[in-house]
Amino acid sequence: MEAFPSLLHGLSVAIQPMNLVFAIIGVFLGTAVGVLPGIGPALTVALLLPVTYKLDPGGSLIMFAGIYYGGMYGGSTTAILINTPGESASLATAIEGNKMAKAGRGGPALATSAIGSFVAGTIATLGIAFLAPWLVEVAINFGPADYFALMVLAFVTVSATFGASPLRGLTSLFIGLALGLVGIDELSGQARLHYGVPDLLDGIEVTTLAVGLFAVGEALYVASRHKGAPEKLEPVRGSLWMTREDWKRSWKPWLRGTAYGFPIGALPAGGAEIPTFLSYATEKRLAKHPEEFGHGAIEGVAGPEAANNASAAGTLVPLLTLGLPTSATAAMMLAGFQQYNLNPGPLLFAERPELVWGLIASLFIANTMLLVLNLPLVGLWVKLLAIPQHWLYAGILVFATMGTIAAKPSVVELSMLLVFGLMGFLMRRYDYPVAPVVIGLILGPMAEQQLRRALAISLGDPIALVESPLAAGLLGLSFLALIAPFVLKGLDRFKADED
Amino acid sequence: MVGTGGAARTRIKRRSLVVLAAAASMAFAGSLGLAGSASAQIAELKIMAPAAPGGGWDQTARAIQSALTTSGIVKGAQVTNVPGAGGIVGLAQFVNSGKGDGSLIMVNGLVMVGAILTNKSPVTLEQVTPIARLTAENQAIVVPANSPIKNAQDLVAALKADPAKVTWAGGSAGGTDHILVGLLAKAVGVDPTKINYIPFSGGGEALAAILGSKVTAGVSGYGEFEGQIKAGKLRLIGIAAPARVAYIDGPTLKEQGVDLELINWRSVVAPPGLTKEQTANLVSIIDKMAKSPAWQETLKAKGWDDAYLSGDAFGSFLKNEQVRIADVLKSIGLTQ
Repeated sequence: MEAFPSLLHGLSVAIQPMNLVFAIIGVFLGTAVGVLPGIGPALTVALLLPVTYKLDPGGSLIMFAGIYYGGMYGGSTTAILINTPGESASLATAIEGNKMAKAGRGGPALATSAIGSFVAGTIATLGIAFLAPWLVEVAINFGPADYFALMVLAFVTVSATFGASPLRGLTSLFIGLALGLVGIDELSGQARLHYGVPDLLDGIEVTTLAVGLFAVGEALYVASRHKGAPEKLEPVRGSLWMTREDWKRSWKPWLRGTAYGFPIGALPAGGAEIPTFLSYATEKRLAKHPEEFGHGAIEGVAGPEAANNASAAGTLVPLLTLGLPTSATAAMMLAGFQQYNLNPGPLLFAERPELVWGLIASLFIANTMLLVLNLPLVGLWVKLLAIPQHWLYAGILVFATMGTIAAKPSVVELSMLLVFGLMGFLMRRYDYPVAPVVIGLILGPMAEQQLRRALAISLGDPIALVESPLAAGLLGLSFLALIAPFVLKGLDRFKADED
Repeated sequence: MVGTGGAARTRIKRRSLVVLAAAASMAFAGSLGLAGSASAQIAELKIMAPAAPGGGWDQTARAIQSALTTSGIVKGAQVTNVPGAGGIVGLAQFVNSGKGDGSLIMVNGLVMVGAILTNKSPVTLEQVTPIARLTAENQAIVVPANSPIKNAQDLVAALKADPAKVTWAGGSAGGTDHILVGLLAKAVGVDPTKINYIPFSGGGEALAAILGSKVTAGVSGYGEFEGQIKAGKLRLIGIAAPARVAYIDGPTLKEQGVDLELINWRSVVAPPGLTKEQTANLVSIIDKMAKSPAWQETLKAKGWDDAYLSGDAFGSFLKNEQVRIADVLKSIGLTQ
């Protein structure tokens, strides 16, 4: 295997002092900007691209890698601390992470997220180095029917976020699915449910919905409860760091999250959201204390966070081997390559090995930097929760609004944020879970498009949906996951009758 | 920032403010622009990119900004992004609030012509003042390397045999790639409503579908396919250019008997209600910019073809394109 010496050579490139500096700058900027909801890593890279015209290609790409990882991590920090997922991939983190923070366990939540990201990033980077050529063959053979089957599997897992009542959970999910219909239908080019508002033609932005439902909704809810007995937030209860028990409960979810994130991230239409949902559902099912889920289970942070970062590394597989940008950030990195007249693709590994291996090696460096930068900050971040509630939530509102405006300066967007905030408040007030709404908005349109694409290619023949062994396997798995709980319950009852 | 500012008593709080401020200044740094040195009639030119940062129109706007300021043609230039709906959100704002503003331009292109029609935009390009066409990209048709289709004739034969069985992967519905397939069907006498065009968001997914032989053929800008064609993974069937292009090793569709020309052009336009002097001034600014070494360098670096056409000639080109696109969208069945 020639990958190993190449990787070592790459490390020697990445470890040059100047490149280390670029990695630090990248990670810092990425984290700082990732903290703002709405401004994701892609936007950051886009805005920084002109600045790097004069830098050498290696250095600036290394910086971009840092921004990418940093942005992923920054989004989880706000998800955990103030229930504001910075991007859709940190949605699953917010569900348990924020509950942990409120119970005074923000420190361990941030730590398991940082270390999990590190572990996942490192394993996934090794994956790029050794598995990329093989994985990419699998990835391009993944057709619309296979994607549809993957989405179905993801849908089955949604029930993990339902909370106590399946009916309320399904109601939330269908609200999300309905919101997902808004905008131009990608396959026919026709507009749906836009009521003549041009801003709605692009559909509803996931981050606007998530920030509205989670952050604004919660701020309103807290304000409405304030008169009675204000909820006391304890910034730190017990250890600030992860206990032995926390480590024990975290390491398996990290590995499982990586196993979901990396391959799905490498799929051209895989994305970062699906692996986080799958990981969350898996952890809930496998946990020793499933009753803790919904009240701050560390597994529910560790798994999705690892999946999130591993998928970020996964998207680099098709980018480097085929020149396929499969996420907004990867598209920006492609633009970064092109500005130096480099064409990522099958020839890049052969033509500019020092650059590719330098980038892969710099992912290790960026990952390590991320840990070095963020672990000491955990103590500081957690103290944010010590701020009196009225200040904290006022700050969150400003923060949420600013992020939304910075991402899309439009009155309609802001109004949507407010409406979703009100909706989030009412849902909390009447005890409907909010996460399924966002999941519906993310998965609905994806599943619809892949299904219709698959059927268009097969000229309407539904057999095409199960023709590929992969699709059939995934659908079978979803079916099992769907009926297993009922069967097990039935068996239990059966056994009970026997006694 | 007032809300958090009031609480900025502790060190932690101040730190988070620093982070916040850094993030905010980052976000806006891109739109500030560099100050030029030479004087000109327009102190500061505002360039609207009716798209999110990163896309083709945004890159064009930022390239114009940097060419103008480094060559000292204007003192300063500022890019604003107004994303949404193929550019028509930006267009509406441009026409409604920019009326008579002689220091404002907007980047647009072929995609906007289609988006106006498919999205039934109340504001159209009839209302803007044409300034100049700047760049063009060659549209290419490819098939997977293992496809039995070797050239345009094979592809046309397959299309004529059963249009529904020829599946096309390309960009969004009603976009340049879709228009190309519609024009091709019309050119070879196949009913354009029968074509089986499958839109993908983002080039990556479409390219993966072509490489994985999930579809018969793919359409996109040549640049998106270049690496794969050179690596022998895709076969170039033809480009929709009027004549062969030096850097592309492959025939045009025209020389293979398919009478079809389509380039994906980008241009700049000004708001409605300008005086003759204002228009002439903007045209001369863009004229100077297009000739500047800074712009020529950018074209080379980005792989954009120079398609410069300004003033009245561009005005009539724009009119013709609108008629042609309206016609093809109607025959595909996307608009009534």
